[in-house]
Amino acid sequence: MREPITISFSGGSALLLQSNSSRFDEQFQKRIWSLATDLQAAPGFTETVPGMNNILALFNPEEIVPEEARKQLTERWAKAQPLPRRGKTVEIPVVYGGQNGEDFKPWARHCGLAPLEAAQRHAAGTYQVAAIGAMPGFPYLSGLDPALAIARRSTPRLAVPVGSVIVGGAQAAVMPQTSPSGWHIIGRTNIALFDPHRDKPSTLAPGDIVRFTIEDVWL
Amino acid sequence: MIEVLTTGAANSVQDLGRNGRFDIGVSRSGAMDRLSLMIGNALLGNDLNAAGLEIAIFPFRLRFDQPARFAVTGAEGAVTLAGRPLPARWAASAAEGETLVIAPPDKGARVYITFAGGIDVEPVLGSRATDLKSGYGGLEGRGLKRGDRLNVTPKPYMRAFGAALDPFAALDFANPLPVRVVPAAEHSVFSADARKLFSRWAWRVTQEADRMGYRLEGPELKLERRLELMSHGILPGTVQVPPSGKPIIQLADANTCGGYPKIATIIEADLWIVGQAGPDSRFLFTEVTPDEANAALRKQRHEIDALARTVEVARSLAG
Repeated sequence: MREPITISFSGGSALLLQSNSSRFDEQFQKRIWSLATDLQAAPGFTETVPGMNNILALFNPEEIVPEEARKQLTERWAKAQPLPRRGKTVEIPVVYGGQNGEDFKPWARHCGLAPLEAAQRHAAGTYQVAAIGAMPGFPYLSGLDPALAIARRSTPRLAVPVGSVIVGGAQAAVMPQTSPSGWHIIGRTNIALFDPHRDKPSTLAPGDIVRFTIEDVWL
Repeated sequence: MIEVLTTGAANSVQDLGRNGRFDIGVSRSGAMDRLSLMIGNALLGNDLNAAGLEIAIFPFRLRFDQPARFAVTGAEGAVTLAGRPLPARWAASAAEGETLVIAPPDKGARVYITFAGGIDVEPVLGSRATDLKSGYGGLEGRGLKRGDRLNVTPKPYMRAFGAALDPFAALDFANPLPVRVVPAAEHSVFSADARKLFSRWAWRVTQEADRMGYRLEGPELKLERRLELMSHGILPGTVQVPPSGKPIIQLADANTCGGYPKIATIIEADLWIVGQAGPDSRFLFTEVTPDEANAALRKQRHEIDALARTVEVARSLAG
């Protein structure tokens, strides 16, 4: 039994294929990666944006008319097998708490954990990059220990500094640039996740494994 | 070289934007009114993607330190070169030392100044567009400031001429501006009332309107049922409806992913109208099919190509 999906147009030259479920599914994501790889070689398709259990597929309407593009996307999805992708492993050293992790203690308290224990559990996890997006190099990470989940702040901060290690809902991430965010800041890393002048501007890619290591904990 | 004498930080170097990097979170950026930038480039015989200046803060003044050829397109208002008025959508030659002054426009929000040969800045991720949010591209990844000097190709004097192609002729900014949309993923999840309101209300642009997006004022658009969406790719022109029920149009510098329900996507051929609509302008959305959206864009491209060919003929006759 395959998960139900919805395919819709985003304007005249893009299609959004999304899961009808609101729960992230890792197997579904592996099929999204597979579809993205397949579309890179598909005539008429120009660009793909894999998201969380969804994909935006851009096409050139001079090569492929919208209804044909929709038909092809549907057929290619039906054939997409989960791509068992395990990319490189990237270690991200974190200083938890202190001035650069101002939500660290309230977050630990919310989770019912002592601060050190919360840091250890965050660093014990194996995270996988599900998708890159929103801002340049921003990784959507799956694999956060459910005990460490916390609803997003009701009022987003206008400027969360680059390098902030953050949690929001059931997701973990690191800020690749200073930007507004409603996620909780639990620490800081010095790893640069994005540099437009590098050959590979984004440090992380979908499928990569991320491990956080404890550099220090401010208690 | 040209030197910026008077500017605001929202004025920036822009081309048609970055493509092919949405998958690593890179916004398209580029001109908010791509049509006017292309007309400006076509008038000069440039590649349509050549970088020019997008001016949204007025007055704007620059001085030519060398003879150059340039065009002013987009929003219409008083434009003078060394005190001499220039008509709208006009390509002209500037002598060394002459100053170009762009006054606040009467019609539209953004003026484009293009230069023969384009503005010479280093491309970043395949484009010369400034991404103001992420801080790269254009001139050091920032808006223009007084004293900035930009490299343009020196060009000998050539007689001035204008473009007959006038997209502004059909626009009346005192009335709601017609903007075509294709219904988007969650369109059918909005209540029947909300769907009706969406295409009948004259949505007003609020003060919160910049290169990232515009917040619109109007009635609250309600969903039939609660939706929890996971982050997904969005394009410039996406009309999202956050829990407040007030639509937001995502534009050139918007995030590449979002999580709010989407009611519609503004068609590429009409995005320039949004780019020319400042706060208090109003939009009237009309639904079209993807095929109609593409036909509209094709028509626009043909008009620009025709203009480029006419310019080529004019230049060969003059040369």
